Amino acid sequence: MLNSSLAQLGTALRTKKISSVELTQLYLDRIAALNPSLNAFITTNPEFSLKQARAADELLSNGKEQNLTGIPVAQKDIFCAKGWRTSCGSKMLENFIAPYDAHVIEQFNNAGAVNLGKTNMDEFAMGSSNETSYFGAVKNPWDLNTVPGGSSGGSAAAVAARMCAASTGTDTGGSIRQPASLCGISGIKPTYGTVSRYGMIAFASSLDQAGPMARSAEDLALLLNVMTGFDERDSTSLQRDKENYTRDLIKPLNGLRIGLPKEFFAEGLSNDVAECVSTAIAEYKKLGATIVDISLPNSKLSVPVYYVLAPAEASSNLSRYDGVRYGYRAPEYSDLADMYEKTRAQGFGAEVKRRIMIGTYVLSHGYYDAYYLQAQKIRRLIAQDFSEAFKQCDVIMGPTSPSTAFNLGEKDNDPVQMYLSDIHTIAVNLAGLPGMSIPCGFDHNKRPVGLQIIGNYFAEAQMLNVAHQYQQVTDSHNHAPQNLGL
Amino acid sequence: MNMQWEIVIGLEVHAQLTTSSKIFSGASTTYGAEPNRQADAVSIALPGVLPVLNKGAVERAIKFGLAVGAEIPRRSVFSRKNYFYPDLPKGYQISQFDLPVVGNGQLVIHVPAQGKQPACEKVVRLTRAHLEEDAGKSLHEDFHGMTGIDLNRAGTPLLEIVSEPDMRSAAEAVAYAKALHSLVRWIGICDGNMQEGSFRCDVNVSVRHPGDPLGTRREIKNLNSFKFMQQAIDYEVQWQIDTIENGGKVQQATILFNPDTGETRAMRSKEDAHDYRYFPDPDLLPLDISPEWIERIRDTLPELPYAKLERYVKQGIPTEDANILISSREVAEYYDSALRSLLTKGVPTSATNASKLCNWVVGEVSAQLNRDGLSIKESRITADQLGGILKHIFDNTISNSAAKEVFRTMWIDGGDADAIIDAKGLKQVSDSGTIEALVDEILAENTDKVAEYRSGKEKLFGFFVGQAMKASNGKANPAQLNEVLKHKLKG
Repeated sequence: MLNSSLAQLGTALRTKKISSVELTQLYLDRIAALNPSLNAFITTNPEFSLKQARAADELLSNGKEQNLTGIPVAQKDIFCAKGWRTSCGSKMLENFIAPYDAHVIEQFNNAGAVNLGKTNMDEFAMGSSNETSYFGAVKNPWDLNTVPGGSSGGSAAAVAARMCAASTGTDTGGSIRQPASLCGISGIKPTYGTVSRYGMIAFASSLDQAGPMARSAEDLALLLNVMTGFDERDSTSLQRDKENYTRDLIKPLNGLRIGLPKEFFAEGLSNDVAECVSTAIAEYKKLGATIVDISLPNSKLSVPVYYVLAPAEASSNLSRYDGVRYGYRAPEYSDLADMYEKTRAQGFGAEVKRRIMIGTYVLSHGYYDAYYLQAQKIRRLIAQDFSEAFKQCDVIMGPTSPSTAFNLGEKDNDPVQMYLSDIHTIAVNLAGLPGMSIPCGFDHNKRPVGLQIIGNYFAEAQMLNVAHQYQQVTDSHNHAPQNLGL
Repeated sequence: MNMQWEIVIGLEVHAQLTTSSKIFSGASTTYGAEPNRQADAVSIALPGVLPVLNKGAVERAIKFGLAVGAEIPRRSVFSRKNYFYPDLPKGYQISQFDLPVVGNGQLVIHVPAQGKQPACEKVVRLTRAHLEEDAGKSLHEDFHGMTGIDLNRAGTPLLEIVSEPDMRSAAEAVAYAKALHSLVRWIGICDGNMQEGSFRCDVNVSVRHPGDPLGTRREIKNLNSFKFMQQAIDYEVQWQIDTIENGGKVQQATILFNPDTGETRAMRSKEDAHDYRYFPDPDLLPLDISPEWIERIRDTLPELPYAKLERYVKQGIPTEDANILISSREVAEYYDSALRSLLTKGVPTSATNASKLCNWVVGEVSAQLNRDGLSIKESRITADQLGGILKHIFDNTISNSAAKEVFRTMWIDGGDADAIIDAKGLKQVSDSGTIEALVDEILAENTDKVAEYRSGKEKLFGFFVGQAMKASNGKANPAQLNEVLKHKLKG
């Protein structure tokens, strides 16, 4: 059961092989067993989950079910869920009970899915290893000494360890794709504006985008069908007709043009990763694709540009955590300024404070033009690179991350090294394009390698088709971590 | 040293827009609710909430732009102004910075006569007007040693209207503020309630010797009455002049006016000015305003005060009186409908008639309204009824003083003008035979005075008029009476 696809689970539920309550309990038990070692979940609420499961069973008995009815889904702790603690991985919101549902949560509720729990994440989604979480690091199920990636590390680890059938993530600079890659699962960040940001706690508003994480492209398509849709409460939500993302899954790939940017295969890429990606490309050739060499000349600037723009927005987005209305407030202070300073000094972790300081600096009088405005200009150039590239190819492929999972603590004291783990994913956010990661093999330590697929705007269905066809002829995505001590 | 000083004043006015919900959420903007009853998730700035722009606020801003002849840029941008304050829930205010919704415009103001200075008209240039959200309120009473926060007002839509430093006296500044106050109410974008803070003025004041570059300005914050504005500017100007004449220098600062002492005092200096770190709000798309949208709004604009003023002056109303008429749209419209009423009753519009009607509106009607504490919309005599009364003056049925009696009677008891005139016997005597007989009688009774008059004491004319009027019980047509008297006194 734990290795079933969402479609298989749906069938099992519909044919009463298992009830939603039983399935939910199965996962809750597994979470209880594994979470002490993996730390993938911050909060579970069995009573709430089982209540939803019972309601789903009701729908199933009445034949009123949809595709995901009764299926437990883990939610990244960045999404406000009514009645649930929503911490965003921070001490600042350690005791914050959300009084409303994010759009994503509403969508899953309306689909009859079960909220299985809130997954661990880097504090305010700032991190690439899940080590910045106030609730402690998440361990990579493939090797408990390594990181799961971040910021959606809890969601990735939970899927990989079969603690849930699927989960949600958010991706500001790679936070879905990089942990998916490091944990050997599939994840997609759709086009900016496709999934509403309402109720999703903001890190960098112009880059943040939610997406699903699961074991296969087919599962992702089903999840995306639920998550997407116009929402008038988010002014950047796009008014488009609802799509069925499963529609193109089975299309053959004959004539598919795959662009390989030379910049993605440059210095810094681990040999094992390079090899796995090459093998995957070879597989695509067998499936009928042709390879086009392309260049994204400005992509080398994406990390510096990102580390101006994202902190700038974050420094402002996180100003609301001031101890006045909700969240953490320092227990002792002498006056208003002291209350602010102590609250924020104690409530935020080091990485968050670092980014707030960077962001405050680049927006300051006298520096704005040199940093923020300049970065905005380069952001446009990066987007132009992609539109040029898509004149020659249908999808772009490369490694998701330059390396496989690194050791816990390895990059802790070197922020720049940590930032470079998102070197291949960030440009996609800057351009607002959809990007995904699927497993494509293992390195010599049996750590998973991820293949990144980048599509043009709104090409999610095509990307899922490209990923699905690969997963029909390969089996990396079916491997499960073995040494979980169960 | 007795050099001349020139005062330079520019205003920033915050006009609260009349939308029923907030600028970025659906929460109500009604004044006076229990603290935080109108604070929704967006007003509290809960994690994850997002702003959604209220189109009604944009429409009102565009309406204002059109009313001051400003350009409305095709695209404007909302920016975040970042600073920490307990009543600023997000830690930033959504405002507009380098691309405001309304560009350069202008406003014609009427500066009343002051001392030797005659009344005059002046054009004040507007730099811009931009949309922004209001902050909440900090409540310092009722909480021992603590501050309460009321977020009802947080997110209320404001239009900040910025003028060029074109005013040269406190009187001009007040005249500008009044003209703006009248205009925003006129076009219905702001209720203008200064007590409730719907119309708040920040005044930038500096002094210089004529011809010199601009002096250093100090900004008087949050003035909510025209009287205080006048007092604050007067005090501030004198303070700046004294400071400079005593060898000091004016430092740029934000200051507050204390109405109890009549003094201004510095709140913060330029050194501790905030760096607001403005940047475009990534939660809101740039505001695109199509020419069609602008035209649709233009169609809803009423005739504007200045156009009315020009029309009134052309009708023959003195400028000073015309300015009183346009002090509010309701007063002007009352006048307009009374004039229309006269026309439908067969009284042609002439300079005399228009002036007379104007005198009635700004005189008798206003006085009665004031006495009863009513607005002109609540007037007990409609514009049409007023036209009905005045018609009888213009067709010589009753005298002006008799008309006042009709007006007062109708104000209290209601009724029909003709009926009141009949009942009170107010009809004027315009029969030439009757008037001649009356005059003959008076002259016969006062032969000595007639002789005096004829020998050159022409001042006595008034005496004869008075006597004749008295004899007619005030009903003689004065013009006719004058004519007959003049003729008969000649002998």
